[in-house]
Amino acid sequence: MITLNINGFEVEIKEGSTIYQAASSIGVKIPTLCHDERLKPHGSCRICVVEVEGARSLVASCSTPASNGMVVHTESESVITARREILDLMLANHPLDCLTCEKAGRCTLQDLCYQYDIEESSFDGKKKKYEKDTSNEFYYADQTKCILCGKCVYVCSQVQNTDAICFVDRGFETHVGTPFDLGLAKSTCVSCGNCVAACPVGALMPKRKEKFRYWEIDKVKTTCSYCGVGCQMELLVKDNKVVEVEPVKGHSNDGMLCVKGRFSYDFINHSSRLKKPMVRKNGVLEEVSWDEAYDVIANKITEVKESDGADAITGFSSARALTEENYLMTKLMRAVIGTNNIDHCARL
Amino acid sequence: MTNGIADIQKADALFVTGSNTTESHPVIGAQIKRAARNGAKLIVADPRKIPLAEEADIFLKIKPGTSIALHNAMMNVIINEGLQDDKYIRENTENYEELVESLKKYSLEYAAEITGVEAYLIREAAIMYASAEAASILYCMGITQHTNGTETVMSLSNLALITGNIGKVGTGVNPLRGQNNVQGACDMGALPNVYTGYQPVTNTGAREKFEQAWGVKLSDKIGLTVTETFKAIDEDRVKMLYICGENPMISDPDTHHAERALDKVFLVVQDLFLTETAELADVVLPAASFAEKDGTFVNTERRIQRVRKAVEAPGEAKPDWIIFMELMNRLGYEEHFNSAEEIFEEIRQLTPQYAGVTYERIKNKGIQWPCPTLDHPGTNVLHAGKPARGAGFLKPVEHLESLEIGEDKYPLVMTTGRMLYQYHTRTMTGKTEGINLIAPELYAEINPSLAQEKGITDGEVVKVTSRRGSVTMKAKVTDRVNKEVVFVPFHWDSGANVLTNGDELDKYCKIPGLKVTGVNIEKAD
Amino acid sequence: MDLYRSHVLVCGGTGCASSESGRIIDNFNELLIEHGLDKEVKIVKTGCFGLCEAGPVVVVYPEGAFYSMIKVSDVPTIVEEHLLKGRIVTDLLYKDHTTSETMNSIDEVGFYKKQRRVALRNCGVINPESIEEYIAFDGYQALGNVLTEMSPNQVIDIVKRSGLRGRGGGGFPTGTKWEFTQKAVGDLKYVACNADEGDPGAFMDRSVLEGDPHAIVEAMAIAGYAVGASKGFVYVRAEYPIAVKRLQIAIDQAKENGLLGEDIFGTGFNFDMEIRLGAGAFVCGEETALIASIEGKRGMPRVRPPFPAVKGIFDKPTLLNNVETFANIPQIILKGAEWFASIGTEKSKGTKVFALAGKINNTGLLEIPMGTTLREAIYDVGGGIPNGKAFKAVQTGGPSGGCIPAEYLDTPIDYDNLIALGSMMGSGGMIVLDEDNCMVDVARFFLDFTEEESCGKCTPCREGTKRMHELLDKIVDGKGTMDDVAKLETLAKTIKGASLCGLGQTAPNPVLSTLKYFRHEYEAHVLDHKCPAGVCSALLQYLVVPDLCKKCGICAAKCPVNCISGVKGKEVYLIDQDKCIKCGACMDACPFKAIKKG
Repeated sequence: MITLNINGFEVEIKEGSTIYQAASSIGVKIPTLCHDERLKPHGSCRICVVEVEGARSLVASCSTPASNGMVVHTESESVITARREILDLMLANHPLDCLTCEKAGRCTLQDLCYQYDIEESSFDGKKKKYEKDTSNEFYYADQTKCILCGKCVYVCSQVQNTDAICFVDRGFETHVGTPFDLGLAKSTCVSCGNCVAACPVGALMPKRKEKFRYWEIDKVKTTCSYCGVGCQMELLVKDNKVVEVEPVKGHSNDGMLCVKGRFSYDFINHSSRLKKPMVRKNGVLEEVSWDEAYDVIANKITEVKESDGADAITGFSSARALTEENYLMTKLMRAVIGTNNIDHCARL
Repeated sequence: MTNGIADIQKADALFVTGSNTTESHPVIGAQIKRAARNGAKLIVADPRKIPLAEEADIFLKIKPGTSIALHNAMMNVIINEGLQDDKYIRENTENYEELVESLKKYSLEYAAEITGVEAYLIREAAIMYASAEAASILYCMGITQHTNGTETVMSLSNLALITGNIGKVGTGVNPLRGQNNVQGACDMGALPNVYTGYQPVTNTGAREKFEQAWGVKLSDKIGLTVTETFKAIDEDRVKMLYICGENPMISDPDTHHAERALDKVFLVVQDLFLTETAELADVVLPAASFAEKDGTFVNTERRIQRVRKAVEAPGEAKPDWIIFMELMNRLGYEEHFNSAEEIFEEIRQLTPQYAGVTYERIKNKGIQWPCPTLDHPGTNVLHAGKPARGAGFLKPVEHLESLEIGEDKYPLVMTTGRMLYQYHTRTMTGKTEGINLIAPELYAEINPSLAQEKGITDGEVVKVTSRRGSVTMKAKVTDRVNKEVVFVPFHWDSGANVLTNGDELDKYCKIPGLKVTGVNIEKAD
Repeated sequence: MDLYRSHVLVCGGTGCASSESGRIIDNFNELLIEHGLDKEVKIVKTGCFGLCEAGPVVVVYPEGAFYSMIKVSDVPTIVEEHLLKGRIVTDLLYKDHTTSETMNSIDEVGFYKKQRRVALRNCGVINPESIEEYIAFDGYQALGNVLTEMSPNQVIDIVKRSGLRGRGGGGFPTGTKWEFTQKAVGDLKYVACNADEGDPGAFMDRSVLEGDPHAIVEAMAIAGYAVGASKGFVYVRAEYPIAVKRLQIAIDQAKENGLLGEDIFGTGFNFDMEIRLGAGAFVCGEETALIASIEGKRGMPRVRPPFPAVKGIFDKPTLLNNVETFANIPQIILKGAEWFASIGTEKSKGTKVFALAGKINNTGLLEIPMGTTLREAIYDVGGGIPNGKAFKAVQTGGPSGGCIPAEYLDTPIDYDNLIALGSMMGSGGMIVLDEDNCMVDVARFFLDFTEEESCGKCTPCREGTKRMHELLDKIVDGKGTMDDVAKLETLAKTIKGASLCGLGQTAPNPVLSTLKYFRHEYEAHVLDHKCPAGVCSALLQYLVVPDLCKKCGICAAKCPVNCISGVKGKEVYLIDQDKCIKCGACMDACPFKAIKKG
């Protein structure tokens, strides 16, 4: 354990921790655009610079190890000047289209410009302009909005381990692209959207089917209903409709989702969902009331039990349904109908 | 899984077999790749050159259905090289001598002959697995969906036991479960032989416990499995079938047989959509989706996690548990739960592994069972210290050729599986346009030299025929598969499972041999 | 070994080679055979002599006759006169720039007098493609001593005591770096040599690799022994074909002779080397970017720590030194730490090689003891400024160095003094600027370079160098304001303070140092709309002086954009300022000096 001083507070922390981690541990929030605990520290955005007494220059808190006796200031005048200057530089190369930008309301650049009172850039030079890559079915990449924090590239190479995207060109012309700039559809991208979830600005966004603002939605944390990994996710809901799904850091998924969990949620609100019970009458399925459907089933159960015994009735429960529902179906079969003929598709 | 998912990062070697992880469990696949890139050794065994094979230190392109020979040969190498964990074997296993004896005939040459994998690769894989400080086995349906699936799993656990790779962090024999709550369904006793927590219906004590809790007399007769049911319908032993959230018309073997049975029986189907199975039903009940109800799912690492309601169900659709409850009441059994949580409370009382779990405790983070008491943190590693039954029984198992193989009329082996973009029978993923654009239709992967022999070009329509029937589909010519192997994803209707065998089942767990089907392939007329 | 009465050394460095020194060698050999002298006179293709200004260079021993600017057509004269008849060809000898005095022997040449050659000791002396010649000049003796008589700790101790500091720019104590790498835990370790010389105009590393490649092979093997590595990488620019070729020859020869490979000198020590070619990205000279590039990744710096000594190539402990640093090692081992430490200043020991360019008479490569003053380097060794122009500044340290004005000419050169002056040692670039250079334009020139070479990873460098460049463009175009100058200065400080790697941290130096020493030039551009040096074209006007104009029309005829009007013999000519592209062709053409620049 080492002890350092941050903004006048003593902090004790494990050796090898960064200044950023030390600050977080006592609730001191240092702004960042590129930090992600899952990644090797890369120190790209430089917004998290802090002042360390005795150091030659400002240091990036996300990648500088805390050391014993260090005295750190996270919001000193020189720190704020540098942060403002860096935001000024970012904004100088970023469209000011927050009014129509789909990221508005949860854009870190927007939040930091607000925090540090940067209304517009003081530079009026060249701005980047790239064509949107809309070739992926589920998300688009708008490099014009990219601030090159690098998170998407590193999430793809270090967390998802797919290496579909990379940095292309250098200097001011640097942008995130695919090998040979062939576009996302022709890359090795598996559409997991984990880069999209990492993007702090509007450069990587899910393709929306309806318009909504992030401040209009409710978020509900739940568990993915596809495979058995049990990824944690949030359903974003507007007007009783799931409009987007986002990964949440859970035990098993480390903040990741796959294409199915992330983008294949249309079934929930699909027009072909069953809305009423149906009973086959004269060979055709007809909509009926719940009462009638229950009657038909209950009568059939009684009938079969009487004629052939309870073991002539079989139930298939569902590996898709809730634990509680599975329990109740086994109880229905065993306690109410009286048979152990209950199974599910574990083998398929 | 005996060990948690996060343990993957703690293993020094990973043996992934019969699992196309990056497509079937993409988020675990990503974690396996990360471990491999951070220095863990990766051994992959699969009949296809799956994406994970690209990351592997050793890739064993094995003939479908020959895993036992591979595992036995690996164990033979390990014992010959003296790499077994003698202390663990002495203290924690039984029947080691018999196992050693049974392995003797599995020389590298013999195993190479059966598996089609070069002998030196089998040897290197064995040494790599056995020399690791902590080695983990991850497997999936490629191991289990065989007529000798149970024995294949036994051979894997033998491999883990003789190297002491069980009960420690970063080790284990880890099945990757295919469905969101297949673990929960099993835990709840949605199986013909057990109540919740795997308490046997044939055990008097267990039965009496449930009789008391449920207030009725219970049957001590083991019930029918899914695969046995269709035969029972054929033979008029089953007259009524109630299916909740399953689509056997696509997922079950030998579709034609299944269809005949489903047509014959009085069928109730409870689902989100009018699936291929629901279309045959006498009664169809509209169910709520996962986004429309509160409850829990249990994932592949035994973690009980919350599901929360986000939107209202459409029309008159209801959560399954409400439907069951109302039906129970209709049948004269009084049942009054106000929420899934109340049901969970009842489960806790009857299920020792779940006793310590409450909704309050899993509000933020799920808990891995066994969790016997309220102050128990849950269990990441099973069989810690000692195997659960006291000592691991090393049951010798032998390689057996599938009955599907060896007839001139069906010289090729079809193996089925999943692809990244579609899920199971497509009832959910098939509703997303983008998914269908990327993965629009059924196909068969065939090797270029087979294609050349048969005069088939990439993208051409071919007819795949088995003893059960024929299906036409597009050919995808690729060296992912060897010449004698055809791969067909099973997601589409009137597809792969028209061809598979539903009669020959594993003698222990009644799983069908979906991974090995004798077929022939010709250009379609 | 055959004995020869005369040795003719012909420079085979890149500069002289591009002036046909290869054909000169062929010609010598042909003529020697023709005259039956081939058993008496030996032609040696050497590395660079340093005085590239005088190339192609031919030196004939034993006299030490220093022939300069030799053409193929001069070869018969030298053969017939000097080699056959023993008469030195005075006309072809090198002449001093300032005195125009003919130098009979290389020992008399002023350029060499104040130099002290340690790193370059064999350059221009031996045939770099011959291991025998290297060995004849004590080559591989240091490696032998180290492997047979010294422990790794003793080697590190000597390097530490010598006071050698990294010659790549950082000036980090070399012995300490070796010690860190030795102490780092790792099943495998690497030694790497940074030969990615990227500063425009700098060629010290190239000269060493071209002129004395075995010194690098030997030094890396010594380093491998000291830190416990058995594999070395040399990362060299693909644009250095001669260096790459000769280094490969050296590696192959060393292997053939058992000086690389397994069980070197029968001591059980194994060391092998491999060349990795760089694609010419300036940032790949930064150590972490270089490592990424060796690993086959995009050359992008990463954060430190971990330092390469702990996690370098493929995450293994890696010792990374620059070419010149390595070139000093065998000499330090042979002559001792005390000998090396006796050269130089208190904190900067030994010598330093500089590439002298710009407004200087003796363009070339010089190696001088640390502590030599800038004045001695520029005037005594460099021969001063051509054409009697006034010295304005010297830019040291490559594109991210700073400009040092005349008042600091007597500063002794060492790491710390240069940093104190707002510049740096860098890898040893030294560009002399005279009164005709505009300092704002100079700053812009270097920004143009660093902006393009920024890897694009961190915000301050990627975005900031672009904006600095744009502000400088504005000032140079006469559209700048004093606010822009202030903005430039704040921005430069932010970039310096907040960038990720050395490239960004030093890229503002040309701006900051010119703002410090030549602020008046910025002000002249902004406030007076004048470029004092007459360089910035937007602020220039070419004007016809009516009194001097003879109405000949030559100016109008020469103007490439037809912007000069007048009537021949009748009317004074007039330049249309809106159309003028300020090429100066009219002024050069006017026989009456009637066109003025202002």
